[in-house]
Order: sequence, then structure tokens, then C-alpha cells
Amino acid sequence: METKWFTPNKEISKMIYTSAGFVTFIVVLGIWSLLSYGGFVNPLFLPTPTAVLAAAIELFKSGEILSDIGISFSRVLTGFLVAAFIGIPLGILMGSLRIMEGAFEPLIGFIRYMPASAFIPLLILWIGLGETEKMAVIFLGTFFQLTLMVMDVTKNVQNDLIDVSYTLGAKNFQVFTKVILPASLPGIVDTLRITFGWAWTYLVVAEIVGASSGLGYMIMQASRFLQPEKIIVGILIIGLLGLITDILFKSIYRASFSWMRKDGY
Amino acid sequence: MVAPKMEVHALDSQEKIVPKIIRPKLEIKDVGKIFKTKSGETTALEKTSFTVEDGEFVTILGPSGCGKSTILRIVAGLEESNSGQVLLDGQEINGPGPDRGMVFQSYTLYPWLTVKENITFGLKLKGVSQKERDDLARHYLQLIGLEGFEKHYPIQLSGGMKQRVAIARALANDPKILLMDEPFGALDAQTRTIMQEVLLKAWEESKKTILFITHDVDESIFLADSVYVMTARPGRLKKKIPITLDRPREFSMKSSVEFGNYKEELLSLIREESLKSIK
Repeated sequence: METKWFTPNKEISKMIYTSAGFVTFIVVLGIWSLLSYGGFVNPLFLPTPTAVLAAAIELFKSGEILSDIGISFSRVLTGFLVAAFIGIPLGILMGSLRIMEGAFEPLIGFIRYMPASAFIPLLILWIGLGETEKMAVIFLGTFFQLTLMVMDVTKNVQNDLIDVSYTLGAKNFQVFTKVILPASLPGIVDTLRITFGWAWTYLVVAEIVGASSGLGYMIMQASRFLQPEKIIVGILIIGLLGLITDILFKSIYRASFSWMRKDGY
Repeated sequence: MVAPKMEVHALDSQEKIVPKIIRPKLEIKDVGKIFKTKSGETTALEKTSFTVEDGEFVTILGPSGCGKSTILRIVAGLEESNSGQVLLDGQEINGPGPDRGMVFQSYTLYPWLTVKENITFGLKLKGVSQKERDDLARHYLQLIGLEGFEKHYPIQLSGGMKQRVAIARALANDPKILLMDEPFGALDAQTRTIMQEVLLKAWEESKKTILFITHDVDESIFLADSVYVMTARPGRLKKKIPITLDRPREFSMKSSVEFGNYKEELLSLIREESLKSIK
């Protein structure tokens, strides 16, 4: 065993790094296999990996899961986009104008501790059981965090960078558009990446009540009909979709902000 | 760029023979600054008055925390004073503006813009045409010795190069005065001496008035026409020392007897203050 593997902050080779992740994955899969194939756990609680795989193939073959994915994706995306369209400008203003921070930070800081799921009964009373209610849950789950994170990003724009802009003749509005916005853009894209991940986690919550389609609904139905392999397929698909959007945001980040890397690519 | 304007000006005054009131480029009158803290008020800068002549290179030398940056930030309009006024060409300044260019100690290039876009940032705000911007960018890149770097991003530059671009960006905007807040403070000693020579060359070419803050004694002598020494907090000007070394300044002058005499005088002045400030 190499001692440097366990020295804090020490770099290790890329190969070892990747292998470590692979090993963890295999171990988890191994424990799952042992418990299920070994008959230690009732298959009604924990199906075998092959049963899950078979369920997944079946769901994709019949095509029903594709429409669930589509509906869920559009709910997550719409709720998230509305949150972003309001949260980004508001966050930028809060991060750069003290009066806006004073006005909104206490309220948003308070609401963000209220669980989005607890709002569902109220939302149903207000806007019914339609699509808007599902999107509203996603919105509530992401908006407040997103706004506060954008505020922090904007606040971290170096003061001297703003000061030097005034000495170069920039007016207040130009400081916003030509300095604060481009300076905080990478941080904003990163915030969107993280909060979009959270939007996925609110999906099931949004689809538990009063939904008749979507991945969350599929998971609930599977639970009712005692089909644990379908539940696991649903969870894995949500995870994969989250991972794909994460990778997408990362590639947008890489493509847009080449000026942040020494090699310029 | 600047030369033709000056000629016209000279002709005008010769023809009309108007008695011209010669006033300093920059007048600082009774400017003082008090910071309010939890434990009460702290005087950062006692009422201070001094002047800078047109085209003069003035350095302000002081121990850390003496309020020398505060003076500069007040002149730039980035901070408000609690008393007195600052006049630039006889006009009272009110807030920051492009007539007072500034170079900071920290690196303040816009990281998302190329070297050339950084240099022309202020020009673009002013609405200067693309062609003129290109010409000016080329001129200043050559002046600071960074031809061929116009398409580079700041992250690809060394600290000294970044500060050169910051100087070029401030000069390209054609300010009336250039304010420099320890611009070489974060650079290593070797780079610093080179930067001093680059700056002097740019100063001689552009004929700008420069107010330069530093805590480095050698730097304050080498660059300046006049050095103002500041006291420890609460800051005030302690002494003005005119530097009569020949221009253009050469690196070798730093080992001359004359330079040594200035250095001795300034070192003892600044040492008294440094000792006070660590008490």
C-alpha cells in the first residue's frame, strides 16, 4: 500500500483516482448482488440486478417510460427556467446594490428554510392539480437557493475591478452590464448547474400528489403494485438525467469561459 | 495624438498674449478622512494640503496603514473626504471619472477580455471609432513592450505584464492625471525595477502628471520629481523632498552618491514613522 494515498492533499495518479471510483461502484453492486442473489432479502424489497435490468428493457421497449421522461423533463425544465429568469437578475441586483440586499435577503433567507413539499397542499388550493402546480413545486424548491447563490457570486466580484471601471469612465449601468455581469457569469452558470440538480430531486415530490404521468408517478404506481424493480429503474433514470444535465452544463462552462484557462482552450 | 493639440495651444497663447494664471494640475486642500468604527472615530488622514504641477511625477512614501492610499482614493473620487476639496485643473472633483486614470496594486484587468480589449475598454465607452481604437491599442502595446500579446487573455500573462497592460489601459484613456496605488507592490524585486523603467518611459512619452503611492524608498526616489513623506497613522504629510537627479533616469543612478544621500534621508524619516506605527 502506498503511503501517499493517505497523505492529506497529496496528488495521486489519474489511474489510481479513476480506479478508486470504479472499486466503490463494484463494491456497492457486489453487496446488492450478494443480498439479492444470496436470498438474504425478500425480492419484494430488493430485486436482483438482472430483474431491474429486465424491467428497464421492458419499460423502454413498450415506450411508456419515454413519455414519462419527456413529461418529467419538461416540468423540471419549466419550473427551473422560471426560477432562473427571476432569480438571476434579482440575485445580481441583491449582490451589487445594498438596498436590494437589505430589502430581499431577510425574506428569502427565511423562506428558503421552509420545505417546498410543505407548500404542496397550499399550492393545490391555490392553483389546482394541473401542470402549473408541479412546476410551482420545482420553482419553490430552487428559486430561493438560486437567488441567494447568484447574490453571493455577484458579491464576490473584486471591488477593485468595479472601482477601476469607474476611473475608466463607466457609468453605473455600464458597470452592471460590462463588468459585474461578465465577471459573475461563470459563477452563475455553475449555480445553475447545481440548482438544476436540485430541481430533479424535487420532481418526485411534485409528482407524488395528483399526477397521472411522469417518472415520479411511475415510481408511486410501482410501489402500489409491489414492483420494486420498476422503482429502482425510475430512480436510476432520474439520477442519469441529472448526471447528463450536469455534464451538459459543464461543457457549456468549458466552451464559454476559455479565458479562465491558461491554455486558452 | 497629444502633440498637435499642444502646438495649437502654444500658438494661441503667443498670438493673444493673454496673461495666463499658472495653477497647479492638482490641488489638494485640507483634505481629511475619518473612519467610523465600533469603538469610535479613527482619523485615517489628518487635514492635508499639497499640489502637483502639470507633468510632474510625485511619489508619496509612507509606512503601511498611514492613509496614503486614502489620499489617492479621494483624488480618484472613489472615497469621500470629511473635509476640504480636491481641484483638478481648478475644477472641484465630484465622484470618479475618466479624467483621473488609476492603476491598483491588485490585478484589475478584465479577465474575460483580451489584452487589446482591456486597453481599449475606456475608449469604447467613450465611443471612439474602431480604427482609432486599433491605432491607440497598437501604440500603447508598443510603448509597454507587449507587441504580439494583443490576443492574449490576462490569465496567460505574468504579474508584471498584467500591470503593464493596466498602465496602458489607463494611459490610452488619455486622463489628465494618472493615479497609481502601489502598482508594483505585488511584483518581485527584479520585475519591479524593470517596471519602473517601463513606467518612466511611458511617462516621458505621454507627458502625463502622475501621483504614485509606494512604501519602497528606492522606488519613490527613482521615479519622482518630488517625494512626499507621510507620518504614521493618523497620516499627514511630513516632508516634501525634491529629487533633482537627471532625466531620463537610468538604472545605474541607483548606485550613485546622490541617490544614496536621498535614500539615507528618506530612510531615516520613514524609519521614525515605522517605529511609531508598530508601537
